Amino acid sequence: MTDPLDLYPISENAPELAVSASGMPLERLTLEEVLAGRVAATDIRISAEALRLQAGIARSAGRDRLALNFERGAELVSVPQDVILETYEMLRPGRVTDPALLTARAEMLRRDYGADAIAALIDEAVAVYARRGLLRRRY
Amino acid sequence: MTSTPRWRRFDEWDTRQLRHDLFAAEDVEAGFATFHSPWDPAPSARVENGRVVEIDGKAEKDFDILDAYIAAHHLDPEVIDEAMAMDPVDVARMLVDINVPREKLERLARGMTPAKLVSVVAAMSSLEITFAYSKMRQRRTPGNQAHVTNAKDDPLQLAADAAFAVALGFDEIETTMRVASNSWANAMACAVGAAVGRGGVLFQCSIEEAEELQIGMAGFTSYAETVSVYGTEAAFVDGDDTPWSKAFLTAAYASRGIKARCTSGASSELLMGFHERQSVLYLEARCLCLQRAMGVQGTQNGGIDGAPLTSSMAGGMRELMAENLIAVWLGLECASGNDTRVSESEIRVGAKITPYLMAGSDLICSGFGSIRKYDNTFNPSLFNGEEIEDYLTLQRDFEADGGLTPITESSVEQLRMRAIRAIAAVFEELDLKKVPEEWVQSVATASGSQDTDSFNPGEVTRISEAIRTRGLTAVDVVRALSRRGFGEEAENLLFMLRQRISGDYLQTSAILRDGRIISALNDPNDYQGPGSGYRMSDARWQAVCEVRGLQTRASVLERERRHDPTTTPWLVATGEAVKGDDPRDIVIGLSPAFGVELTRTTAGHDLIDVVLALTEGIREGGGTPRLVRMRHTADTSFLGLTAARLSGSGYGIGIQAKGTAVIHRADRLPHMNIELFSNAPVTTLEHYRAMGRNAALYAGGEAPEPIVVPVDGQSLAARYHVRVAMLYAIETGLVVADAPPLELSMTLGQGGIPT
Repeated sequence: MTDPLDLYPISENAPELAVSASGMPLERLTLEEVLAGRVAATDIRISAEALRLQAGIARSAGRDRLALNFERGAELVSVPQDVILETYEMLRPGRVTDPALLTARAEMLRRDYGADAIAALIDEAVAVYARRGLLRRRY
Repeated sequence: MTSTPRWRRFDEWDTRQLRHDLFAAEDVEAGFATFHSPWDPAPSARVENGRVVEIDGKAEKDFDILDAYIAAHHLDPEVIDEAMAMDPVDVARMLVDINVPREKLERLARGMTPAKLVSVVAAMSSLEITFAYSKMRQRRTPGNQAHVTNAKDDPLQLAADAAFAVALGFDEIETTMRVASNSWANAMACAVGAAVGRGGVLFQCSIEEAEELQIGMAGFTSYAETVSVYGTEAAFVDGDDTPWSKAFLTAAYASRGIKARCTSGASSELLMGFHERQSVLYLEARCLCLQRAMGVQGTQNGGIDGAPLTSSMAGGMRELMAENLIAVWLGLECASGNDTRVSESEIRVGAKITPYLMAGSDLICSGFGSIRKYDNTFNPSLFNGEEIEDYLTLQRDFEADGGLTPITESSVEQLRMRAIRAIAAVFEELDLKKVPEEWVQSVATASGSQDTDSFNPGEVTRISEAIRTRGLTAVDVVRALSRRGFGEEAENLLFMLRQRISGDYLQTSAILRDGRIISALNDPNDYQGPGSGYRMSDARWQAVCEVRGLQTRASVLERERRHDPTTTPWLVATGEAVKGDDPRDIVIGLSPAFGVELTRTTAGHDLIDVVLALTEGIREGGGTPRLVRMRHTADTSFLGLTAARLSGSGYGIGIQAKGTAVIHRADRLPHMNIELFSNAPVTTLEHYRAMGRNAALYAGGEAPEPIVVPVDGQSLAARYHVRVAMLYAIETGLVVADAPPLELSMTLGQGGIPT
């Protein structure tokens, strides 16, 4: 098997693997397509596949923490913006006083989006927040 | 008892810019400690069953949110025992050892606790830290980041300033707003400006996270560095976050194809009032371990907002470098501070940047103020629009690549105008605003927002709101640019949108150069001593050398040599000079090019006037002037001594075309002159006249007061020596070793002088 690092940069070494979140291949993102009105906002969004490729590249370069972050990012690609912002808000200190709400959020993300790593992160937060008294209203 | 009077030097010192700076005494209880505090823990770590159960003297049950995250995600149980057992000084020596590879040290860092990392860098001097930084930093090619902001949030000026920053070579541009609701207009303006010229620049709009994500998703921005972390639990919570919320946010940025870096820096906990009496470096080491643990690719650290406070402490600047070193040692991209203005002293500012210029950095400044200080909405940077040329000169002085390139006046003006026209066209095309031509012209010439007659912030808010509510994206801007004839800019902006699909710039230390991604992965820092690592290419070095106002021999001679071969010579040789026998005789020995190839002194006096001043002075003193052309020497001392030996009085004057002059006496050693005017640039005709008079008075046996040419401490060498050296070469080029001196007669249009 080839070293994922050889794919980097993907835009030069493997452009055919770069497909946007909407499924548009990189080479179709041209001025002609834009002028013809055939490029939408979702066409300029990164895909989970591209992030997983980058995760493989990062891991191969000895950067496993970065790879894990890209994999968490890949899980969030299909998560709508409002859900992301709401989840972020819930993770801030004192926003949630009932740990069950965070646990339920983790479960929802796992179930609806396959976001296992993100869910694990939230579960871990719940345990520490409880121990450190962060499940307490701040305003 | 009488009091001792105050030495006035103190009054003078009191007026210097430095005295605006405050210096803090060390006070551990108040958190004023750089590298050490008795409240810092001793390094320790313990692993049980593959689980970290102790960090820096704290048991797992007592872990605060930082310890818990670091234990779970930073520390590598496979490396801990080995790394923690090492002697800190041994590790410090490895950091400066060119034979120990960077990767080996990065592996050890994964097994070190914050206190352990601190114990190592605390053993290093500023020089050693700088050297280690040059070896450990992640990307080989150094880069830089600019702030582009505007006190009026004026989109026209933002676009022009963004284009200027891109032309200077900045790899990243960061904007923020005076009025938060102007974010979308600022983002669009800077994105358009950054697409003028070479393009391929990463751009961020610094604002509250939700908005920043939205703007990023719309394709205007490509990176974010607002993910702040803090070194104590209380400061973290007060900052309204936790390691988990920030880790989540970091992943969210990745999911939107936005490059992210964290921000942390010494003394932020001090500013927030939650320092726990620990040293600022220890707290920062916790921040940095946490960042690696979160999986963010890089950090903006080195004090940042806390840099001025850190710099007020003894060793503060060394501390800022030390925390940058820990960052790169942990494998993080480092945007190494040098943003906040740490001092009012230009000397301290220049000294602050110098180690970074020499070591290089992923982004030397995490915000070089490319605009005027008063336009910087983040606060003045270490370097600003006012001082860009100083920075360019430092690059040239040290042969150091600070990421910037000098640009010519005409190219700047064209780029700025194009950027203004481009954003005006986009606004019109998208029905956001019809921009009056007067505004365009006003912004084109303005240095900062105080000089413009253009948008006011309220008007910008309406545009910004329209961009947001209509859901306009970078794709709409690409289309508008193309339709309005800005094809190149449309392609540049589209190029950045293509980059986000591949995600290549999400990797560590990624920037774009010449349309290509370079990062720690495909351009890794491979420094292993002389002959390795980053070196400027010949072309790059030539570009760095081209600072404004460069003096060339051709340009100096063009300006200084007002020699017109068609005019009648005013100094005419009448034969070989002989020794005079009149005791009043004072010979003026002129240098080889005097009055022929060279016609003015460095002070700008016409040499005819100089000769008239000298001869008139000699007559006033009771002497008789005689002019002699020397050809065997151009040196002032020998000109003067030769003149003195030809004089009937035994006193002579030697003078070079640039104006340096001497009174000499026949029986003296060459360099033991009587009087010398060495500072030709400040020597006046009155001084030459007085010199002539004194020469005659000496000849008459008197002891006149020597002429003092007053100086006020200017560096005449810096101001004149380039020209002097080039001009003097003309004199020495005319020297003929054995040529005898020639008697001269002076013929001027109106009678001249008798000889």
